Amino acid sequence: MSGGSDPGSGPDSEASSGGDAQSDPPSDADPASADDPLTRVRESDVSLIVGGFLALYLGYVLVGIVAGLSPRGIFATVTQLTLLIAIYAMLTLSLNLHWGYTGLFNIGIVGFMAVGGYTFLMLTMQVAEPGVRSAGGLGLPFVVGLAGAVVAAAVLGFVVGLPSLRLRADYLAITTIAMAEIVRYFYQSNAFQQVELFGMSLGTGGGSGLVGDSTTPFDRYVYEAGWSEGLVDFLDETFRISGTLGPPIETLFDAIVLLVVVAGFYWLLKRTGGSPFGRVLKAIREDEDVANALGKDTGRFKMKSFMLGCALMGLAGALYVYFQLGNTVNPTVFRPRLTFFVWVALILGGAGSNTGSVLGAALFVGILFRGPLYVKNAVENIVAFPDSPATVAGALGGLLSLDPVPFLAFLFDNMGSLRIILLGVVLIVLMKRRPQGLLGHRKETAAAVPLVPTETTATGGLTPGSEGPEATDGGEPGGGGERP
Amino acid sequence: MSSADAAVEKGAEEEPTLELGVETADLAAVPLRVDGLEKQFGGITAVDGATFEVERGTITGLIGPNGAGKSTTFNLITGFHRPDAGAVYFDGDDVTEDSPHTLARKGLVRTFQIARELSEMTVMENMMLAPKGQSGEQLWRSVLPWTRGGVRAQESENLERTWRTLEFFELDHLWNEYAGNLSGGQRKLLEMARVLMTDPQVVLLDEPLAGVNPSLEKRLLEHLHELTDLGYTFLIVEHDMDVIMQHCEHVIVMHQGRVLAEGTPADIRDNEEVIDAYLGDDL
Ligand SMILES: Nc1ncnc2c1ncn2[C@@H]1O[C@H](COP(=O)(O)OP(=O)(O)O)[C@@H](O)[C@H]1O
Ligand SMILES: [Mg+2]
Repeated sequence: MSGGSDPGSGPDSEASSGGDAQSDPPSDADPASADDPLTRVRESDVSLIVGGFLALYLGYVLVGIVAGLSPRGIFATVTQLTLLIAIYAMLTLSLNLHWGYTGLFNIGIVGFMAVGGYTFLMLTMQVAEPGVRSAGGLGLPFVVGLAGAVVAAAVLGFVVGLPSLRLRADYLAITTIAMAEIVRYFYQSNAFQQVELFGMSLGTGGGSGLVGDSTTPFDRYVYEAGWSEGLVDFLDETFRISGTLGPPIETLFDAIVLLVVVAGFYWLLKRTGGSPFGRVLKAIREDEDVANALGKDTGRFKMKSFMLGCALMGLAGALYVYFQLGNTVNPTVFRPRLTFFVWVALILGGAGSNTGSVLGAALFVGILFRGPLYVKNAVENIVAFPDSPATVAGALGGLLSLDPVPFLAFLFDNMGSLRIILLGVVLIVLMKRRPQGLLGHRKETAAAVPLVPTETTATGGLTPGSEGPEATDGGEPGGGGERP
Repeated sequence: MSSADAAVEKGAEEEPTLELGVETADLAAVPLRVDGLEKQFGGITAVDGATFEVERGTITGLIGPNGAGKSTTFNLITGFHRPDAGAVYFDGDDVTEDSPHTLARKGLVRTFQIARELSEMTVMENMMLAPKGQSGEQLWRSVLPWTRGGVRAQESENLERTWRTLEFFELDHLWNEYAGNLSGGQRKLLEMARVLMTDPQVVLLDEPLAGVNPSLEKRLLEHLHELTDLGYTFLIVEHDMDVIMQHCEHVIVMHQGRVLAEGTPADIRDNEEVIDAYLGDDL
């Protein structure tokens, strides 16, 4: 080290940290600009996300234009895409709290979503008289339904975590995956398909699921509410692509609402992760014994982190049911592959990074999940393939005789299944080439104040970085009372 | 290393403010006492009735050949393993059943023989984790906007102390480095620095000097002496006999899970049994 004159302002430490150069640039010696690096990082996080989304949209629009798809079709595709990305982003962010921060191996995501989704519908569906064909709900308001979903999933998290969080890490994996299957079979069974309670017909709907009010969110909250007729008319005029204000504009509304929710998730989890609480979670991920040895009751921290993540997954499940599934639900929605997809999104983006989680969700949905189907549509809009061969042999046979058409036709005809193979290939390449994910291994430092050294005095004394503008809203040291 | 001297000077100047010291007035003279500790692993008896006391404000050495049961004793004292028999008393209370985090909050902490840095956390995060009573460890305080002021203030306080501690341990230039990228000796230092951030009373150090360069080792030992003057107590496992002989007030020798002998370094040096069992012709 360079004695007392210049400690910490580490170009040397930056150089030796290799690939991390993009994060946390060292501070200048000038104390006035102490908050600059952090502001810069924060801005670059948002710009990364916005940039990623824009690039994705641009890709979709370009492919659509080249293929000659209608503007309305492209618009519909992109809004649908955004809606799904938003749901996945919520799930990936929640999983990142579990796995990326705390090291909790939750492979029962879909179970928490299911409980959230079902609870939401059972609370908000209209009351049904006994004797009607299908079960009704309690007729409670939308917000109560969401709160119920959050609470139900958190309670389930508590029940699952209680026995397994204290044990070795792999027990949680087994417990969560088993729980997810039990939940699905529970909703599928006809044991509680329809029961009569207090003069109401309630139930889980069994194999046929539940069907709530089909009024779209847009209609209910914008159109029928009537508070913005001017705006609606304006949009109607502007987007009147095929006669009336159609589904695309409703989806756009949904997508925007969900993006706002994603922003809320991001804000909450960023704040959670970048706090002394998040620091303990990280320590647990790294080495639980050490956290324990330093006086942290790791069991409690793990439980809090687990329940918070589960609650958010429940909320995402409810929003999925309401916005994506049109306020209906059935047990087949919640198959284990959904859990797998969320994991792929997280690994893609980089576990441990909230920004990476959002980008991972966008890339997964935009390129791996929806991308192939969109490309298929686009290509089929240009070229008319002959009937595709029924077997792989047929497809490859054409290749041997130097005629690629049967092979391509086969490829496009089976795009839905082939993208799962694509998923596998991407995962393998990623694991080999960049196991930390696109944005993994970033220093998203956990501290409530900037840790950057700001000022070096002649004698080498360092003052903490919090003397800058950040600290002005700090108020009096009320936290001091906590010290034993 | 041209700056080493300057750093020593600087450290010497700052040391009095480095730690707050332990209020010793109303505390027991023997903060740590173990009584008949036993621990078996399968067929192996790792600790076999170990009984000893550690006096306040001393550096007490715990020595013995490899496999004597020193690390296991540490694990039993700090709650990482449950003893099969025997008891641990801390400040006069029976703490045998306490978990590690409870003991750490009471002021009994340990380091690990193989440094266990939190690799994917920066040096600074490693350090900031340690202080006790952090209000920001409550989730709601960290998240809700109107409770964060207190958290921030406390973080700033801890941060200031962290910088001084890091400077002392010559780790300050590595503040933003992942702990996993440190050298073996630096990891040992980080672990020691981190454990001191918890405001401990009694610190159990398992081979803390392995891999630390000689000049820093000397400074660390001096620092330990200053800390004992302030009321801190250290129980230290160390293989370097010179260190033990020169720096410990009291030495406990373990052999095959038992306490073979204890006394001043001079007593131990002259003890026939110890020489037979362990020291051989090292001395
Ligand atoms: N977790 C464990 N499982 C099984 N045997 C152990 C365990 N920990 C220590 N031992 C055994 O207990 C004995 C004492 O080990 P240890 O306490 O590490 O000795 P020391 O630290 O004095 O070298 C050794 O024989 C060791 O193999
Ligand atoms: Mg040992």
